[in-house]
Amino acid sequence: MNVMRRLKVTMAAALAVGLASTLAAHADEQFFPLQSYRVGPYAAGGTGFFGGFIDYLNLINIRDGGVNGVKLTWDEGETQYEVERGVEVYERLKSRPGIAAWNPLSVGIAYAMIDRITKDKVPLITINHGRTDSTDGRVFPYVFPLLLNPYSETSGIVNYITSREGGADKLKGKKIVVLYHGSPYGKETIPIYKLLADKYGFELEQIEVPHPGNEQQSQWLSIRRAKPDYVVLRGWGVMNPVALKTAQKVGFPADHIIGNVWSNSEEDVIPAGDAAKGYIAITTQASGAEYPVLQEVIKTVYGANKGNLEDKKRIGSVYHNLGIVNGILNVEAVRIAQAKFGKRTLTGDEVRWGFEHLQLDPARVEALGAKGLFHSINVTWDNHEGDGRVTFQQWDGSKWKVVSDWIAPDWASLRPIIEKSSAAYAKEHNIKIRASGDDQVGQ
Amino acid sequence: MPALSSAKSAWFSSEALWIGLVIVAAYGIVPLAGTDYLLDAVLTPFLALSLAAVGLNVLTGYAGQVSLGSAAFLAVGAYAAYNLHLRIPALPLLVDLVLAGGVAAAIGIVFGLPSLRLRGFYLAVSTLAAQFFVQWALTKFSWFSNDNPSGVIDAPILSIGSISFTSPAERYVFSLTIVVVLTLLTLRLLRSQSGRNFIAVRDHEITAKVIGVPHLRTKLLAFAISSFLIGIAGVLWAIAYLRTVEPAGFNLDRSFQILFIIVIGGLASLRGSFIGAAFIVVFPLLLSRIGAALLGSVFDSGVLEMSQRIVIGGLIIAFLIAEPRGLIALWDRAWDAMRPVRRPVYPT
Repeated sequence: MNVMRRLKVTMAAALAVGLASTLAAHADEQFFPLQSYRVGPYAAGGTGFFGGFIDYLNLINIRDGGVNGVKLTWDEGETQYEVERGVEVYERLKSRPGIAAWNPLSVGIAYAMIDRITKDKVPLITINHGRTDSTDGRVFPYVFPLLLNPYSETSGIVNYITSREGGADKLKGKKIVVLYHGSPYGKETIPIYKLLADKYGFELEQIEVPHPGNEQQSQWLSIRRAKPDYVVLRGWGVMNPVALKTAQKVGFPADHIIGNVWSNSEEDVIPAGDAAKGYIAITTQASGAEYPVLQEVIKTVYGANKGNLEDKKRIGSVYHNLGIVNGILNVEAVRIAQAKFGKRTLTGDEVRWGFEHLQLDPARVEALGAKGLFHSINVTWDNHEGDGRVTFQQWDGSKWKVVSDWIAPDWASLRPIIEKSSAAYAKEHNIKIRASGDDQVGQ
Repeated sequence: MPALSSAKSAWFSSEALWIGLVIVAAYGIVPLAGTDYLLDAVLTPFLALSLAAVGLNVLTGYAGQVSLGSAAFLAVGAYAAYNLHLRIPALPLLVDLVLAGGVAAAIGIVFGLPSLRLRGFYLAVSTLAAQFFVQWALTKFSWFSNDNPSGVIDAPILSIGSISFTSPAERYVFSLTIVVVLTLLTLRLLRSQSGRNFIAVRDHEITAKVIGVPHLRTKLLAFAISSFLIGIAGVLWAIAYLRTVEPAGFNLDRSFQILFIIVIGGLASLRGSFIGAAFIVVFPLLLSRIGAALLGSVFDSGVLEMSQRIVIGGLIIAFLIAEPRGLIALWDRAWDAMRPVRRPVYPT
């Protein structure tokens, strides 16, 4: 009896101490669970993006002591870009206290998480990718395809070609070939290119390259026969350098190939060598390390030997800068939410409110040291993309150079298509469409 | 032969006792004691993969037909269930489930036809056709994914009548029920004349023909049943576990994974399917936890992942050399060593 009692007392004491210490440890922390992929076919993107994200979180912790004193923490789980591993990591990390947002950088994993995070009331950030109709915040309150969804990307590319040709009327009679990856991702924009071809009157041909795309001789021979004015490269992985090399073989000029947002990294062009010289690609964030925020990352984070990239030459590369921009957007959403809810650890729902008010105008972007890195963002409760601008960069053989202004996609004509799709989703899943942005928090 | 039959019936009852105990524990204790993580991220995928392994074991372990197309049948099941649910909303989910298995079985029979002429290695290569064809068709024709622009679809909510299975424990119980029922039915089938025909065809096809086993029908039956089970496993994988379906998730790697499960667990053993699935699901998680706890501060997650692959690969090779009959043989030997009386070994 005595032994039992002593045991009980000890256990109660241990429990109390444990509880107190966990409370103390998490009193002012905001946690970012990372479903990263540093292994497997997409490791180049994963190490760059998650490296940049972690570098920026580190910068905030070292330089500012966190966001208003709330320290940022994170933990990584390897997914190899596989959906079931992503789900496993989600289930493993979701019970951690103080989760701010999930950032999987994988369409498949993001899809598997949508109903999970909606139930758990935590934001899911799919920067530059994800489900297009989740732009509609009325139906997807917790999903944020920040800066750019696939439809806006398509429109941005066509707008760039328009400006290069010198006006929308000049597009009439021009011919554009879209070379797309034979996957759901690659096929996603087929109807949008058709729509824009009808609108502007250009001739359109869309050619599929089967996954993985390391053999494209026949596709480029058809391109040569079609004699297009532009080729849009909607590629992924090894398909991109092979496309550029094959284009060189059939004599198609690289500066008339426009790459999409997943064909725009150093990893896509360097393997193509000379063939990539002159190649142009869309981006939401410029590459290069000359921006003040990058300089601070180099000085403060890499200077303290806490940098996440193993190869320091990749600082300022496309994926690294995407990670940095993603870090800025996450941290600012937390900061905006703190201004409303208090300078403490926020709940996922409160951070969602922050994302729905994530409005960074060019002046604020400059104050953050990111002028020229990205343009601006204007997320509202019903527009979860936030009207990100795009720019175009040209590969000069050793680095990307920005060759255009910040271009605005034609959001107005895309919105009805998005709303149609989200309405269908809402119907299929019995979701009540939100009528305003003031609901839900605190429920 | 009174002695043998009495031994057999005694053994049957002890087997029934064991199955009963496991089922009672799985229903009674696990849903109450398990955490959400355990139920949702470990046990539900374990159940789906176990059922797929049972399916492949019927074909490869019992009937001797090697297949590298398991992931294709998983995909067929998952997409069939999704489309049935979407296009014929009047059907209850359980009917969808059975019909999805039926669709997978039909496709399985089609891709099983080459088995009438091909054997062994050549048959394995021809089943690869199923693997590539199904994945290609699902990507190519957007009808399968309801013209969803990105081709990734959301799974319907699990419900039977007015009961919906939304919590991790409920989804686990749903999967468990399906897996238990189908496994028991499979066990029954394997003990019937058809099951003996499978083994006859596997062990010596010519002799089987000579003694009058309808070997064409037997092979196609094996393909049909195997694909049916794998198709339903695909539904569980997509609807109960991931709650999303994308063609890329059912690639060749998945087919190999299921093949490894039955090779490691034990060919021609239903228990082996479960042990193998447990090994494949749990072992990487354990390794990753241990690795992260011991070395997490030294290496990033990429290096850890690579070292885990090396360890798992090494273990698989070691197993194949030291115990080609799989984990279940180790288990049985350990069990026998603990028992005073040796029992005859029956294939289960």
